Amino acid sequence: MSGTYLGMPAFPVAAKAALGNETLRGNLRHATHTIRDKRAKAVAELDDWALLREAGKQIKDHTLRHLDRYLVQLEESVTAAGGVVHWAGDAAEANRIVAELVKATGETEVVKVKSMATQEIGLNEALEAEGISAYETDLAELIVQLGDDLPSHILVPAIHRNRGEIRDIFRDRMGAWGRAAPEDLSDVPADLAEAARLHLREKFLRAKVGISGANFMVAETGTLVVVESEGNGRMCLTLPETLISVVGIEKIVPSWQDLEVFLQTLPRSSTAERMNPYTSMWTGTTDGDGPSAFHLVLVDNGRTDTLADEVGRQALRCIRCSACLNVCPVYERAGGHAYGSVYPGPIGAILSPQLRGIGSEVDASLPYASSLCGACYEVCPVAIDIPEVLVHLRERIADRGGKGHRLEKAAIKASGWVFDHPKVLAAGERAASLTRKLHPSRVPGGAAWTDSRDLPELPAAPFRDWWKKNRGEKNRGEENRGEKNDQGGKNNRGEGTAT
Amino acid sequence: MRAALFVTCVNDAVYPSTGIATVRLLERLGVEVDFPEAQSCCGQPQFNTGYRRETEPLVRRTTQAFEGYEYVVTPSGSCAAMVRRHYPEIGGADAAALASRTYELTEFLVDVVGVTDVGAYFPHVVTYHPSCHGLRMLGLGERPRKLLEAVRGLELRELPGAEECCGFGGTFAVKNSDVSAAMGQDKVRSAVSTGADVLCGADNSCLMHIGGILSREDAPMRALHLAEILASTEEEPWS
Repeated sequence: MSGTYLGMPAFPVAAKAALGNETLRGNLRHATHTIRDKRAKAVAELDDWALLREAGKQIKDHTLRHLDRYLVQLEESVTAAGGVVHWAGDAAEANRIVAELVKATGETEVVKVKSMATQEIGLNEALEAEGISAYETDLAELIVQLGDDLPSHILVPAIHRNRGEIRDIFRDRMGAWGRAAPEDLSDVPADLAEAARLHLREKFLRAKVGISGANFMVAETGTLVVVESEGNGRMCLTLPETLISVVGIEKIVPSWQDLEVFLQTLPRSSTAERMNPYTSMWTGTTDGDGPSAFHLVLVDNGRTDTLADEVGRQALRCIRCSACLNVCPVYERAGGHAYGSVYPGPIGAILSPQLRGIGSEVDASLPYASSLCGACYEVCPVAIDIPEVLVHLRERIADRGGKGHRLEKAAIKASGWVFDHPKVLAAGERAASLTRKLHPSRVPGGAAWTDSRDLPELPAAPFRDWWKKNRGEKNRGEENRGEKNDQGGKNNRGEGTAT
Repeated sequence: MRAALFVTCVNDAVYPSTGIATVRLLERLGVEVDFPEAQSCCGQPQFNTGYRRETEPLVRRTTQAFEGYEYVVTPSGSCAAMVRRHYPEIGGADAAALASRTYELTEFLVDVVGVTDVGAYFPHVVTYHPSCHGLRMLGLGERPRKLLEAVRGLELRELPGAEECCGFGGTFAVKNSDVSAAMGQDKVRSAVSTGADVLCGADNSCLMHIGGILSREDAPMRALHLAEILASTEEEPWS
């Protein structure tokens, strides 16, 4: 690999591989730019966007501050409505609970609504180990599952695939999972959608157990909410006899009225729609209507630890809209897989290391996978200051030391000492300038820099020398007219290439 | 009017021409410029890389160096953002007071001096890249563009995708050098497509990155700091 500075292999290595894939880069660029432009238009339609954003932030912060109270209220409401609430401390516990609930029905197949929480805990794999097949019914999730692939985007998990690739996956793999795709399937979107529709319909009508996540849970009523575009979610939520919803504890809102804010900000931020096509709400069970058994599995899996961090906890405000992914220049180039998590992009870079800890190489590399450009913060509908959290997590990682960071810390301390002693700094600058032809690449990270960029040629003298000579006490007001040439005309920004 | 110049460590060591241009420009507009020699680095690279403790002495030093000045001006949006945004949380009341007196150059010209036409002459085709910290953390808005539009002889061309990061990002440029370079190459492609012969910005760190790619790719364009364009006059052309 080409010089990653002081060894931060995980994200940089994965990103480099993605950068070499021209098809992937083309797919990502086209998709993210299309969504971001549409989102900007949809948001611009609302005069009160800033207020909605602030309201969303406040509602979420208030809820997180009193999470204990609202979770108990939610449990009471769900129970009163005929549901059963289960508490899971971590992924393994959540998976065990769900597997037991499915086994109790005697079924070996379940249909699933797209859910980040179940991806996060690896539910499909855990169910498979218990002999239970979990079928994804969201179109993009279906593409990922059939392709034996991993999701690479929160909202559009198959964003890294183009039409041709999807046609091939459908043609080659659908038959092994259920109704096969036509042999002569084209890559026209309507044909692809029809193949998926017929394949999925067979599964919806057969399934006795449905598994979902939820975008929101309303504490006061015990109502769960899923917003979606395809209608597959509504089929999964209403057709099976048993519904199991697996939801992160941070998805709660206190009251029904709070939804008014998020049902405006979420669709506009994610799909650039004024309103999502399907909003499904379910509250416990009702005789003769929908599932006769309803289980809610509330998942912690690192969330209370995240909540304990004053700066980092704002990541729990996330409503999974993915607007930050679509504007992120790093995500656009590196792709979602490079983040090594179901939560890619800027939000993934702050969420994954908090939920999973910073023990692994990939988690320790994620907070550095950003240029801190701030575009993610600008679009976030609940105003998560992602750059602030990134820097905060970098502190934690740098503090811990470890691979690469000891050397880095020594370099930072040394340079800090020099910067705190301007006379030494001035002498160093002068020495560097005088010997500038000899060692232009001898700066920290020089190799990583010069792989693709020329280094600046140092000037003949630093600014402070010019100042002393031309504006210092004695010479004040007597500017040396030859000054500019003293500074080295062609230095480092490509001057000289234009003339 | 008197102002202290915070030249920044990058300008001091690598781009003195930007500091010189800033001094000339401000003096031409009747501002008396001081350069407190006790200044050094604002601490942004350390802070953004996760070394908050190591940043603290530099925050104290910078705060002391500029004590007593009503205005502190810097030709760097990103260092101005560091002082304005992070100094209050790192350095307490004195640092917060410095934050409120610190201006990025274009802010100072438009908001404090009250000019958009600084009497410059620069007969080139120019495209402007608004660096992220100036754009989003400081909210410079139209100020740089207004200043450029008033320059005689200058033709300003819109940069497609102007608000996208160029990929510099401080230590990001070396820690994730491949992604950083890919972002920079895309930026350069957009800039060259405008047909401009100068890419102008208000942050030499970003310009170092963009210029390094322009130079490596032998592109028919050079990168130049906004201050150097504004300093240029018919009598004393900058280049």
